[in-house]
Amino acid sequence: MSTKVSRSNASSRIAGIAACCIAAVLVAAPWWGSIATERLIGEFMVYLALATLWNLLAGYTGLVSVGQQAFVGIGAYTLISLALLAGWNPIFAVPIAGLVAAIIAIPIGKLVFRLQGAYFAIGTWVIAEAIRLFVAQITMLGGGSGISLPTDIMKMVGETKFWREATIYWLALALGLGALALVYSLLRSKLGLALTAIRDNELASESLGVRIERIKFTVYVLVAGMTGMVGSLIELQKVRMSPDAGFSVNDWTAFVIFIVVIGGIGTIEGPIIGTLLYFVLREFLADLGSIYLMILGTLAIVVMLFAPKGIWGFVKDKFGITLFPTSYHVKLGDD
Amino acid sequence: MEQFNAILQGVLVGGLYALFAAGLSLIFGVMRLVNISHGDLIVAAAYLSWSVVQVTGLHPLLCVIIAVPVAAGFGYIVQRGILNRTLGKDILPPLLVTFGLSVIIQNGLLQSFSADSRKLDAGWLETKSFELLPGVAVGLFPVMIFAAAVATIWALQHMFYKTKLGRAFRATSDDSEIAQLMGLDNRKVYAQAMAICFAVVALAGVFFAIRANFDPFMGPGRLIFGFEAVIIGGLGNLWGTLAGGVILGVAQAIGAQLDPGWQVLAGHVAFIIVLALRPRGLFPRTSE
Repeated sequence: MSTKVSRSNASSRIAGIAACCIAAVLVAAPWWGSIATERLIGEFMVYLALATLWNLLAGYTGLVSVGQQAFVGIGAYTLISLALLAGWNPIFAVPIAGLVAAIIAIPIGKLVFRLQGAYFAIGTWVIAEAIRLFVAQITMLGGGSGISLPTDIMKMVGETKFWREATIYWLALALGLGALALVYSLLRSKLGLALTAIRDNELASESLGVRIERIKFTVYVLVAGMTGMVGSLIELQKVRMSPDAGFSVNDWTAFVIFIVVIGGIGTIEGPIIGTLLYFVLREFLADLGSIYLMILGTLAIVVMLFAPKGIWGFVKDKFGITLFPTSYHVKLGDD
Repeated sequence: MEQFNAILQGVLVGGLYALFAAGLSLIFGVMRLVNISHGDLIVAAAYLSWSVVQVTGLHPLLCVIIAVPVAAGFGYIVQRGILNRTLGKDILPPLLVTFGLSVIIQNGLLQSFSADSRKLDAGWLETKSFELLPGVAVGLFPVMIFAAAVATIWALQHMFYKTKLGRAFRATSDDSEIAQLMGLDNRKVYAQAMAICFAVVALAGVFFAIRANFDPFMGPGRLIFGFEAVIIGGLGNLWGTLAGGVILGVAQAIGAQLDPGWQVLAGHVAFIIVLALRPRGLFPRTSE
């Protein structure tokens, strides 16, 4: 009998093949779906990306930020500035928006990292609020009432409506699936090993030489940069932007947190399940308005109290399924 | 003189911010919990007192007699029923559960009271003012709020350091396991602390409702003001929290003088400066 150390198992190999098929079908959506379908999937990808990134931050490094809307807003407004004031093609502004968000995240991180745990959470929120109020003071960017990207700038994205919608859709797809791929490959790397160690036991991993503070800071800046890119995508999808919408704590952080918690924090699959559930619930219950939000809040509380690992954690414990294997298993058998 | 007046108003508003902050500070001190729905609870207390006034026709200040005990009882139940289950080494559960509560309270208030803004009318109390110095007039009501803040901080301080209950709070805060070995029931101690926190929240809510218009979505703003006061003043120091509230109020008043759009932003800037230069706050407890 021999032993074999392996990451993948049957369910993860099936998932890998399925993921490739799904990705191929999604890429072709402009040709088989309506514009409404593209927009729905595009919005799905936005939440998938935000949830995956927040999960990386909170689920693996324990940095519970309630201020990620700061980077969404920064990304959106960077794109507006570059397109409107410098005449850039908005698509080229997307990576720059990420870069700007990451650079701004450095001093913000230096400040909020002085606060511990729960105070860190509210500290990030205060900074986001400060940036929102600051942006509302800039009259060149529309002040508090907001600003739209004019048609001639949107035409730079694509000459016809079909190509415009398709380009924005593919960008959404690239960022949504890209965030997943990034987190997946990150967790399988050396950094991922350190992150998992931090998640499981901070003290023990530090004593074994993991440089916790530096890793946490790196992840914080990386997540901020990706979140900034998602923010610039949101601007392209919405065309219109205001400080209240771009820096909304409900839209870009509260819902995202609920998605991750309900789906299963600290797993790659959790945010996917959570985003799916969020969209299904919204489809059926959004007409209820504020009651829908109360249901969502209650659901998050119930999950946190009675199944803190979320839906995916429950499934994983019960059936031993992993779709995105990041850990190693020892297999016994004859080879 | 106009500047001086504005700063004086800022100092008095700081009293209200200290009332927002006092409960937050107490709860963090006793059980290391940061309640994200703290601001929404203040707004809920404002609606509670508004409803009491509507039903009973009591004077707004007198409805404190009803709002405070009701809120305290509610706090005890919330802690025992929900929040005690979230306490542990992991900071995520209490944060997420109170975040969920925040969304539920906001939308529950929206559902019950609509998005229209309300205000409690305290009649002559609000308009009465007296001349402190020649040319410097202060309103009676802002002075009352400030006096209430000082009295509340004093009472909390006294309770914390001079009473049996306060001893239980400090013991649990220092080492909850040993405190339990000595016969304290942590769950009960936490619930008592939350009851006191809610009582202060109700008091703050009544003053808040008289002072300005309120709507269901003003909670997060109140949480942030309270939080800033706590951090500026220094963690674990109640008198520091009062000072933090005053500094925040003055910063906002100066900001508003420069440009009305800068009022709240100036408060955030003051907070960021303190965080950058004195991360432990201006008056941290250990330096006493």
